[in-house]
Amino acid sequence: MTQDLARWMLERMMLIREFEERLKRLVDAGVPVGAVHLYVGQEAVAVGICAALRKDDWIASTHRGHGHCIAKGVDVRGMMAELYGKATGTNRGKGGSMHITDVTKGMLGVNPIVGAGATHAIGAGLSAKVRKTDQVCAAFFGEGAAGIGSLHEAMNMAAIWDLPVLFVCENNGYAQATPVEYAIAVKNIADRAPAYGMPGEVVDGQDAMAVFDAAQRAVHRARLGQGPTLIECKTYRYYGHHQGDNPLRYRTAEEEQSARDRDCIKRLRKDLLSRALVTDEEIVQIEARVKASIDEAVQFAETSPLPEPDELYRHVYVG
Amino acid sequence: MNSTSVESRELTQSQAINEAIRQEMQRDSSVIILGEDVAGAAGRAHLGLVDAWGGALRATRGLIQEFGPDRVIDTPIAEMGFVGAAVGAAMTGLRPIVEVMFVDLIGVCYDQIINQAAKMHYMMGGQTALPLVIRTAFGSRGDKRTYGGGAAAQHSQTLYSVLAHVPGLKVVVPSTAYNAKGLLISAIRDDGPVVVMEHKFLGFAAKGDVPRDSYTYPIGKAEIVRRGKDVTLCGIGRMTHICLEAADRLAADNISAEVVDVLTLAPLDEETILESVRRTHRLVVVDEDHPVASMARDIAAIAADKAFDWLDAPVKTVTAPNTPVPFAAVLEAEYVPNAEKVVAAVRTQLG
Repeated sequence: MTQDLARWMLERMMLIREFEERLKRLVDAGVPVGAVHLYVGQEAVAVGICAALRKDDWIASTHRGHGHCIAKGVDVRGMMAELYGKATGTNRGKGGSMHITDVTKGMLGVNPIVGAGATHAIGAGLSAKVRKTDQVCAAFFGEGAAGIGSLHEAMNMAAIWDLPVLFVCENNGYAQATPVEYAIAVKNIADRAPAYGMPGEVVDGQDAMAVFDAAQRAVHRARLGQGPTLIECKTYRYYGHHQGDNPLRYRTAEEEQSARDRDCIKRLRKDLLSRALVTDEEIVQIEARVKASIDEAVQFAETSPLPEPDELYRHVYVG
Repeated sequence: MNSTSVESRELTQSQAINEAIRQEMQRDSSVIILGEDVAGAAGRAHLGLVDAWGGALRATRGLIQEFGPDRVIDTPIAEMGFVGAAVGAAMTGLRPIVEVMFVDLIGVCYDQIINQAAKMHYMMGGQTALPLVIRTAFGSRGDKRTYGGGAAAQHSQTLYSVLAHVPGLKVVVPSTAYNAKGLLISAIRDDGPVVVMEHKFLGFAAKGDVPRDSYTYPIGKAEIVRRGKDVTLCGIGRMTHICLEAADRLAADNISAEVVDVLTLAPLDEETILESVRRTHRLVVVDEDHPVASMARDIAAIAADKAFDWLDAPVKTVTAPNTPVPFAAVLEAEYVPNAEKVVAAVRTQLG
């Protein structure tokens, strides 16, 4: 772990947190940014995984995808403009929160059809294999996707073809209002890995360094042509399924507090401070940079032009 | 060697499709094909066993010997997974051709086709091309002179209307060996998703002259395959052959039928159809699909909207009935539109 990488991880996690907290305030203030599924609490997963990836690697995401986008390097100005439905958005205002994409950053798409992204990830892995590159693709999915067939099909094909894919389960405990212990019969989703013929491990998803270490091992195997890995990150979303949902209808305040007590950003900050990888002054500087980035993103989104009406008719067919 | 450029010989539609795939795979190393048993006997090469199947209509037989298992990929039975994989591969530098054995199976991969492949380019604001071809076999035989297709309700459907319905998908239905090769090559070179619907009973039955060299046939163009002046018969896939048979019978009664082969369902070549209708003043659309929310009714509605003043009779549709495809040959023959039904529809128009 280099000092640069450690600081990058902390700053990215703080940037995700600031983006999402600002978005929450915007939603609560009535700014029409569409349906948003906030990533607050889970930052260590996106950043821990993406810290182990190269720029030319890919990720496939879920409906709760803002954190993945930021971790993979997507510009927060384009993201915020997309949420505002502006012409300068990553998707020209035609995708919104649930479709943010930047293929130039290897971000193959936020995808609100649960499980679909995992199939695209194995396609990217297949592409790397056929074109004989050593690129890898990480497929993020929630524990709610562990019950859908597309994930099973993707994991089986990735295993039989030794594809360079990381299956990253973000087990945040809830699929909307359905608790994981109701929907999944096994204790850990990673326990299924041997049944697919791939290694699996359970990681503390609040520990960015533990996620990073697991991701590095999986990426190493993938680049050597040794196939996919399943990494289950136990994590927690601080807010509801979507902004506006009151999660206390299906979980307790005590449980929420206990998760917040294990906050991933506080933990990484403390860890880096204790290892002298960052100083208190530098953290203050990071906080200022992160706030300025999000201020600028909101300003950019607010002042950007709306799409022209004929944008509706563009890009139906390629070309 | 120039003489080979005009050389042609008789091929079946399946052979023509095989040649299209082979030539495009030779031309472009990013073209791959995947699907269930597109080769067959996967992983058994060490026993001398390869190429045991060759796809549902045997259109991919022999490709694995030339291009190897990295580019001719047998999949498990997992349409949702491998169509999704093809979408991901198309976003990341490959031009996949995916074979969904029969169109009836789109039920298990419909999300990947209509939500993922069809919408990627649009919802991502144009930032990604999606050069993906989905080949799928469809249709029933309904020929009581011999025997029926015999595959019944879940292996005989047509269903192209539920694909053409979705913005972003191009849908082509070849009718001859010649246009099958050209349309498939156009589909492979297209930077967006194209569904190529191959009629089961044209795969081996539609024989015709096919140039040895590579050529394209334009997506989005209908073709007038028989000139006439009294009525336009509009056919799709195998129904174009039914229209030609009906035109022969009508000619015996001095009724001159023009036949338009629709060929591309989306985007539909409205102008060729409307131009024909404005000359003949009558339209019968012949469609093997179910009638409700069908291509037949869509084309009829377009004619009513845009050629009403030229029509001398109500537009007629001849379609399959609103039932599943039955098994027994006698029932299947009743199910599939035939030339008698087309002739009868024309006679009602002529009073």
